[in-house]
Amino acid sequence: MREDLRIIADLVEPGARVLDLGCGNGELLAHLQSNKDVRGYGMDIDPQRINACIRAGVNVIEHDLNDGLARFPDASFDMVVMTETLQAVRRPDLVLAEMLRIGGECIVTFPNFGHWVCRAWLATRGRMPMAKHLPHNWYDTPNIHLCTFADFERLCLETGITVIERFAVDSGYRSRRMVNRFPNLFGTTAFYRLGRADGKT
Amino acid sequence: MKVVPPNSVGVVVPQTAQFGPIELQCGVQLPHFEIVYETYGQLNADRTNAVLVCHALSGHHHAAGYHSMDDDKPGWWDVCIGPGKPIDTNRLFVVSLNNLGGCHGSTGPRSTDPSTGDPYGPTFPTVTVKDWVRTQAMLADTLEIPAFAAIVGGSLGGMQAMQWAIDFPDRIRHALLIACASKLSAQNIAFNEIARQAIVTDPEFHGGNYIKAGSNPDVGLRLARMLGHVTYLSDYSMGDRFGRELKSGDIASGHDVEFQVESYLRYQGSTFSKVFDANTYLLMTRALDYFDPARDYGDDLVTALGQASCKFLVVSFSTDWRFAPERSDEIIDALVAARKDVVGANIDAAHGHDSFLLQVPRYLELLSTYLDRVAAECGQ
Repeated sequence: MREDLRIIADLVEPGARVLDLGCGNGELLAHLQSNKDVRGYGMDIDPQRINACIRAGVNVIEHDLNDGLARFPDASFDMVVMTETLQAVRRPDLVLAEMLRIGGECIVTFPNFGHWVCRAWLATRGRMPMAKHLPHNWYDTPNIHLCTFADFERLCLETGITVIERFAVDSGYRSRRMVNRFPNLFGTTAFYRLGRADGKT
Repeated sequence: MKVVPPNSVGVVVPQTAQFGPIELQCGVQLPHFEIVYETYGQLNADRTNAVLVCHALSGHHHAAGYHSMDDDKPGWWDVCIGPGKPIDTNRLFVVSLNNLGGCHGSTGPRSTDPSTGDPYGPTFPTVTVKDWVRTQAMLADTLEIPAFAAIVGGSLGGMQAMQWAIDFPDRIRHALLIACASKLSAQNIAFNEIARQAIVTDPEFHGGNYIKAGSNPDVGLRLARMLGHVTYLSDYSMGDRFGRELKSGDIASGHDVEFQVESYLRYQGSTFSKVFDANTYLLMTRALDYFDPARDYGDDLVTALGQASCKFLVVSFSTDWRFAPERSDEIIDALVAARKDVVGANIDAAHGHDSFLLQVPRYLELLSTYLDRVAAECGQ
């Protein structure tokens, strides 16, 4: 299993109702179903990935996140997960608000644009950064809303989202000391566990 | 057909099953009825690999293969059923029937009413989707099929699969609901009513007793079918296929102008009026209008679908405006709320509601992928 998904799987309570936004080939949900007795639903828009979910025996619904999540009532899931997708949606702020409306708790991961490699690219070459965790050119990237960890946390603060837990990893998904001491400089991917500021779940 | 295509079930022979009395949902008792059906593939030793195919408004039991070597056209869902096709007859045993009230061999308005010796005609009782599902279960008993691996249907056929999941949760493991809705919208009912009015106001209808009168409401049936056909296609597909091409005449002079699309609809309509029974058309559209499984559960679709224990595949088509993707989404969302297993897909296809009958590559691949798992689950 993908290393980031293994990290997320450890954060999910057994028996939880999980919604995985941008679920890809269903790897996380398949793992949670067989190891944590989780009833999960995935969402994706890619036909081949949807077929992969079917083969993996995972519930999957074809749905574009940019169309919102109004189809689900408040608090209909214990946990809503979104890996490496936040930066690719049209309005990350609205998607986050919706995730917290329909889920008790959310887990979000995204690539860090504040990583030192990105900063160095822009500072020394004057060009849009490319790195191991950001392999696209500026013109063909699906990542239309890249941000740094600091940007993300500012959004959380401004919109009343509580960061329950955060940790960062490097490109090898290792959580080394320097990474967690200066995550916005040395972290490539962050894992955020989020809740509503009012504490209601 | 000179030779049987390699991925065809080949020449098939319809069979007929006889049943004793049944009290229908409307309270009327039928003393006896027949169901005509076809089967494709082999039932395995455990009797676990059976798939029921439910037909839509104008469908019947002949879903795949040919009735003779001279037959030019295969069954109505031959793109989906056959060796190596999505419903793979090398692995699955397929049952396809003509529903009660139909006009292709099963007991219906054209059959003789034993109490009068005349055709039932307009006195044939109202039949509901629930009744169909019950009679399908009776056919399953006859065939000694304890439970279906999957029940599959498009449009009105999908509604039957949904009703199966609710009414017989122990006898269905997968429900495949294609281009379907949990109930008709007012607009859907309106289209059906226009079609019915076309039939009943035809002077040849004779209050439904046209057989006795030695006539047939051809004009009404033709109009009904033409209207239906427009709603089954998309604006795009009609434009793509016919555009404003003329079949004959000249717009500049205004003489004898006939557009291709007019000619096509007339042809469809008149072919249909020759093979389809008007009373059956009224009965089937009524069954469509009345379908609303939530009604038995306090108008709550979540509670209704909560009765099910099978897994679901719900498929819609982007240009279907008769049963739009939003209608499938309602089913999917209710299934999620009822904590059922569901795969939901919206296929980008140009041909409107009719897409479910057509060779749409992504659609067929999705069905193949899903049914591959269904077949694997029954050890096939």
